[in-house]
Amino acid sequence: MTVIFLTSAEFWADQLVNGLTTGSIYALIALGYTMVYGVLQLINFAHGEVFMIGSFAGYGVLVAMGGDDTSGAMIALALVLAMIAASAASMGTALAIERIAYRPLRNAPRLAPLISAIGVSVFLSHLVDDGFLTGRSKYYPSIFPDGALELGPLTISALQIFLMGSSLAMMGGLWWVIQRTKLGRGIRAVAESRDNASLMGIDVNRAIVVTFALGAIMAGVAGVLYGLFYSAIRGSMGFIPGVKAFTAAVLGGIGSVQGAVIGGYFLGLTETVGRELLNEIPGVSLPNQWKDVVAFSLLVLVLIFRPNGIFGQKETKRA
Amino acid sequence: MVEDGEIVTLIGSNGAGKSTTLRAVSGIIRPRAGQVTFRGKSIDRLPPHKIVQLGMSHVPEGRGIFHRMTVHENLLLGAYQRNDDLSGDLDRVYGLFPRLKERLGQPGGTLSGGEQQMLAIGRALMARPTLLLLDEPSMGLSPLLVETIFATIAQIRQQGSTVLLVEQNALMALEIADRAYVLESGVITLQGTGAELANNDAVRRSYLGEE
Repeated sequence: MTVIFLTSAEFWADQLVNGLTTGSIYALIALGYTMVYGVLQLINFAHGEVFMIGSFAGYGVLVAMGGDDTSGAMIALALVLAMIAASAASMGTALAIERIAYRPLRNAPRLAPLISAIGVSVFLSHLVDDGFLTGRSKYYPSIFPDGALELGPLTISALQIFLMGSSLAMMGGLWWVIQRTKLGRGIRAVAESRDNASLMGIDVNRAIVVTFALGAIMAGVAGVLYGLFYSAIRGSMGFIPGVKAFTAAVLGGIGSVQGAVIGGYFLGLTETVGRELLNEIPGVSLPNQWKDVVAFSLLVLVLIFRPNGIFGQKETKRA
Repeated sequence: MVEDGEIVTLIGSNGAGKSTTLRAVSGIIRPRAGQVTFRGKSIDRLPPHKIVQLGMSHVPEGRGIFHRMTVHENLLLGAYQRNDDLSGDLDRVYGLFPRLKERLGQPGGTLSGGEQQMLAIGRALMARPTLLLLDEPSMGLSPLLVETIFATIAQIRQQGSTVLLVEQNALMALEIADRAYVLESGVITLQGTGAELANNDAVRRSYLGEE
């Protein structure tokens, strides 16, 4: 059977690039979910708001550095400072949440910290929306230089290259910390067994705090990239990307770092390329708004057939 | 009570509280009553990682190997509190257990039971402990491997560490121990030198399987 594509190569190339762009953001956020789950078996539902706070901190820096009028080398400096400020703000938020909302519930039944997480999530998004913005959105200054790279049918804007490149760099850095440093070894040990890790002389609380911090740094950078790409930011902006990133982490196998990354890109591509592929079936027409339906249908299917995700380990009972 | 440089063993039947005692000593659980002191310092309020810092290493029941991490990484974790050069310590562990050197890059979960026990003891030694707590090192091992492990324990003491050994295999434990305690339902009912207890009628009946 031959499949006849009614659409052009350029169209599919566009979908591919769009999928990888959103996939990068999902992957960065998903890392925070999966790492915290790894050490605490907790779904940190406030992680989308950690991302949101980072996005606002980055916005603050960009506006302070001249907003739309920033030019030349100042743009690069502004972007770097925005990412640093976003990471710092996200980290501060995540550590405060851990200390106030999760640590006191460390030995409570697993449902309690989950409810606490949802509470923090609602609190933060409404605090920003109703407390500071009174319902209006803020818009990232569009300072990123125009220009695009054309490779055959592929057109990638400079912003998309920057977005994908910095995501990959952040993920590479995180991988290095987790796999190659003593700190990372400690985190992996805590993820396998808190008691046994403490017998190695690892300060378990500190390892947990570092895990939240690393996840928050990724989310903060994702917040700036999101703002640069989509422009509009508001207090509730973290909800959908947060749920999507959580989905990506589950798809990859929650607790697995490479799973979160692959799940993120996979979800990004499914929403774009996958949805358009379905549109190739005669009689099917799914506009862009259907992307969430496609994404979450996929989640349900994966959970039915592979409950531990693509890279998930079977949950083992601890001695 | 454990003195410097001795091997002390704690024997008792299943559920007597041997492992619980060790877990209380290393800080994983808090004793409800009683005190734990180490070198004149009360440690029962300290978190486990602080106790490791004071020079105590605990090889837990079930060995506590990190299955997803390599043998080498497991050994490095044993020395988590240290920031000095580890190559001498790694060589010492390979000297005691040459098998580990062959398996350095393998995940801990792929090792056999005996190899995991070697790794657990080797890993504990990486901390250069002054006191080593061993929980059931013979569990699930073939008699030949048990001999090897016990010979290593004697060797470890000769190299200057103190050992507190919890065992169900009372015969082997009493043989290498300087002193021993018998624990029943959380209470010490007998104590003496290893040889004394090995010759005690009650001990022989209950723990050495003699009529």
